[in-house]
This record gives sequence, C-alpha cells and structure tokens, in this order.
Amino acid sequence: MAGFPSPIGSAVVTDLPAPHAAADENARKHRRRVGQGPVIRRVLIGLAVLVGAVFLLLPVAVIFAHAFRLGLGPYWEAISESSTAHAIWLTVLTAVVVVPINTGFGIAAAWAITRFSFKGKKLLITIIEIPFSISPIVAGVAYLFLYGSQGLLGPLLKAADVQIMFTVPAILLASLFVTSPFVARELIAVMQMQGNEYEEAALSLGASGFKTFLTVTLPNMKWGLLYGAILCNARVMGEFGAVSVVSGNIRGETNTLPLQIELLFNDFSSVGAFAAATILTLLALVSLCGKLWLERQR
Amino acid sequence: MTEIPMTPPRSYRRRHVIPGFGLTMGITIAYLGVVVLLPILALILKAAGLSAAEYWAVISSARAVATYKITVGSALMAALANAAIGLLLAWVLVSYEFPGRRVLDALVDLPFALPTAVAGISLTALLGPNGWVGQFFESAGIRLAYAQPGIVIAMAFTSLPFVVRTVQPVLEEFDPEAEEAGVMLGANDWQIFARVIFPSILPAFIAGCALSFARSLGEFGAVIFIAGNLPMETEITALLAVIRLEEFEYPAAAALASVMLLAAFVMLFITNAIQLWHLRYVRGD
Repeated sequence: MAGFPSPIGSAVVTDLPAPHAAADENARKHRRRVGQGPVIRRVLIGLAVLVGAVFLLLPVAVIFAHAFRLGLGPYWEAISESSTAHAIWLTVLTAVVVVPINTGFGIAAAWAITRFSFKGKKLLITIIEIPFSISPIVAGVAYLFLYGSQGLLGPLLKAADVQIMFTVPAILLASLFVTSPFVARELIAVMQMQGNEYEEAALSLGASGFKTFLTVTLPNMKWGLLYGAILCNARVMGEFGAVSVVSGNIRGETNTLPLQIELLFNDFSSVGAFAAATILTLLALVSLCGKLWLERQR
Repeated sequence: MTEIPMTPPRSYRRRHVIPGFGLTMGITIAYLGVVVLLPILALILKAAGLSAAEYWAVISSARAVATYKITVGSALMAALANAAIGLLLAWVLVSYEFPGRRVLDALVDLPFALPTAVAGISLTALLGPNGWVGQFFESAGIRLAYAQPGIVIAMAFTSLPFVVRTVQPVLEEFDPEAEEAGVMLGANDWQIFARVIFPSILPAFIAGCALSFARSLGEFGAVIFIAGNLPMETEITALLAVIRLEEFEYPAAAALASVMLLAAFVMLFITNAIQLWHLRYVRGD
C-alpha cells in the first residue's frame, strides 16, 4: 500500500506504486534525530547513491553505449530496418487500441465501486487486480488455451474459420489482460478519496447523470486518469511475456518491439537489439517524467 | 438570484441519487469475465483434463522440480537483497536532504517503467563476461550472467521499487516525538532504530518483501536473457512452460502454468493478509 492506507482496505500494490508515494514535504519538516551523526549520514547517503548509480543508472547507460557503439549511421540503419520499423508501428497500434479500452473499463469499474455500496465489493477489487499477481507467461498460456486450436473455443473458431492465435488480435487481447488494472486502480483510489457529495449536489440541482459525469466527476479525476493511462501505456508498449506466447513471433508481421529486441539479440545483432531498446528506454524515461509532473500537479 | 426549485424529498432518497449502477457494473463484470476470468478458466479446464497420474508426472518430474528450486530460491534471494537495498533507499530518501535526492527518488521507479526485455538485455550486457561490471567478477572467478547470480540480480532489479515504496510513506509519517522520547531516555541511535522505528515499519516492510518475492516468482522477460537457461541448472518454471508449448506438449504446459497460477493465488492471499495486518497496525486497533 504505497501512500496512505486506501479506504478500501484490500487495494494491493502489485505493480507501479500509487501516486501518493511522492515525498510529502510537510512530513519532511520534522527533523529526524536518529542517524544524523556526520559519519553515519555520509555513509548511508553514499551507499544509497552508489546503489542508485550502479543498479539503476548503469543499465540505462549500457543500452545507449551499445546502441551507438558503431556510431550514428549504423544506429539509424538499425532503427529504420524494415522489420524493426514494423515492430515500432505494431507496438504503437497496440497501445492505441488497448489504452483507451482499459481506460473506459477503469472509469466504469471505479464508478461502480466508489459510488455505490454492494456486497462482494472487496472480492470485485481483488478480481480486478488479478492480472497484477499473475505471471505474464501464465496469462499468455491461458489465452492460448482459450483461443488456440487446442483451446476451449478452438473448435468453435475453426468452424467459423476465424484465426485469433498468432495474429495481431491475439497480441491486443493478451495486452488487454495484462494492463487492465492500471487505470481502474488509480481511479478507485482517487474517487474513493473525493466522495460523492459534489455529484449528489449536481444531480439534486437537476443535472443529468451524464452531464454530472462530464462536468463534475471528470475534471476531478483527470490527473488520476492521465496517471493511470501513462502507466498503462508504458506497460502495453513494453509487455513481453504474455505477448511472446500468443504472437507466434512472425518477423515483420506479429513482432512487437520487445519481441523484436529478443529476436535481434538472439541473432547476435547487438546494435540492432540495443538500438530498438533505446526507443523503449526513452519511452520509460518519458513515462517517469510524466509521472513526476503529475505528482506535482496534485 | 434564481430560485432554487423546491424538491425536498430528494434528500431522503440519497442512496439512489447517483445513476449508472447497472451500466457501469454490467460493463465491469462483462469485461472482467471475458478478458480476465474466461482465459483463466480455460487454463484450469485444460489442466483438469489431465488424469491425476499424468498431472503428477508432469509437475513432479526431475526437470520441473529443478525449475521450482531455482525459481523459488532465486526469488527468495532477490527479495532478501531488496529488503536491504529497499530499506536503505527508503531511509535515505526520507531522512536526508542532499543534492540529487529528487533524481534518486524518481529513479527508484525505473524498474517498473523499463520493459523487462530491455532490462534483460541490458543486465546481460552489463554482467556478461566482457561487460562493464561482469569482467571484474569474471577475473575473480565469479560468473554472474548465465548463472544463478544473474537470475537473482535480474529478479531483484525488476522488483526493487516494492520495498522502497511500501516503507517510504510509513517512515515519512513516523512520529518524531517517539524518537525524541528515545533520546530523552538515553537510548543510542541504533537502539532507537531497532526498538522504536523498525517495529513500526515492520508490517509495511514485510508487505514490500512479499510483493517483491511474488513478482520475482513470475518474472520472465528480464530473466531469460541472463539465465543461460540450462535445464536442471538455470531454467525457471515459466521458461519450461514455454518450452513445453513450443514442443506442442500442451497438457504439460497447462499443468506447469497451473502450478504457477496456484503459486500466484497463494501469494495474493498472503500479501492481502499482510496488508490487512498492516492497516490494522496503522489504525491501532
């Protein structure tokens, strides 16, 4: 439970931490007494910075060092190579389809959970968060046994002559599964804190439900919504395990960027793999900056 | 001033003022059913299609058991490493003001933002025999990449933020007067930390470690690049499931995936229980 305890109680942090984790500047004003000796202080700060530099910064530096090892020309060649370019396109397409759908789901789920009381609410929240707890490989295998030729719906799909496994729709479905909790979890936390007084006021003054949502609820939750969408987008574009099981890894057809990185890496095309990795690394850094900016907005 | 229409009875019907329950609940349940629950059901049905003897043969084979040992053992070590690193980072970020604190704070989230495949190839390049870090260990006779230490480091990297982000807020809200009291009573720094501060962050700390462990159990992308993937030695359970799929051994893949699913549900139950304990601790009842 990053941040303060959620009023819902069972909302579990199983992936990216909630926004409230940002240092609360008021709390920092209390001067800590323990560990303020000049030696212990320097040793601990030194250790923490060392861990940050070696464990967090160095892996990022390695990616760029390897990508530009042969200079700018080979880097550009690697990025614009046709199967890598196709992988970039497919990754963007996946995000464009998946993020809005999971945002819509997140809004609906948060509305139902935070604006009404009903039995089984905790169970519902736990079910929403299941994808965070399950290995992406298990998710991929599960989809294979649902839509694959050996799967639950296999005979039905075959009769209708529809192929889902090892096509782009399979990638979209697996990505939907893996990232479905992101927006929902953010919005549940935000809307729970806000309560429904404003909406009740708007409704009792005669606004329609939809108008109330657009003019009262949406402006109040816009930062939480954006925050969840950023996290969802970062995960969709970077998802590897689930997508690798269902995509079939057809070069230039069903390879997303992370799969393309694996393929190039296993082909000993080091510059190609790391060049492709720089794009996803930049995306990660942009997501972190966006997250930081959003935390300041609140 | 416009006149407010007189509709007093509305306030008595508060519970039903907000519309959209049927619509949003319908969408939520339908979506969860189709996207989340149906595939899981399909997996369970597939695994249940095996006879008990077949199922047992798959999940208790020597190769499968070796993968459990490697996966669970590495995840435990990664969680222990994150316990120490996470506590250090949380403490330093909360207690001290120094140049670069904000950057370090933001950097802690990097492992969650960086795609696992990118982390995998990056750590492999860094820790490999010719890598920036790996070469020093290699000359000392220690192999990091393509051996278990590599698996542990990859798992620790991808789950690093959990301990920091669960402990940090509790440490921030820790009452400084309790520290003052310790100082008044003549306790030294270590005594105050061990007897006053640490017990109050313990539930959050354990929750963070459990989340880190659970995440490491299922980690795939970062691990397979660095593991070396030798059967019986450096093969994780998730990879064995994928190998069985590629060999078209679908029942075996289903059985192995069902073991991982069960482990995930057990960990979900445990982390939920710890969080409840943590909440009770915070509220003091």
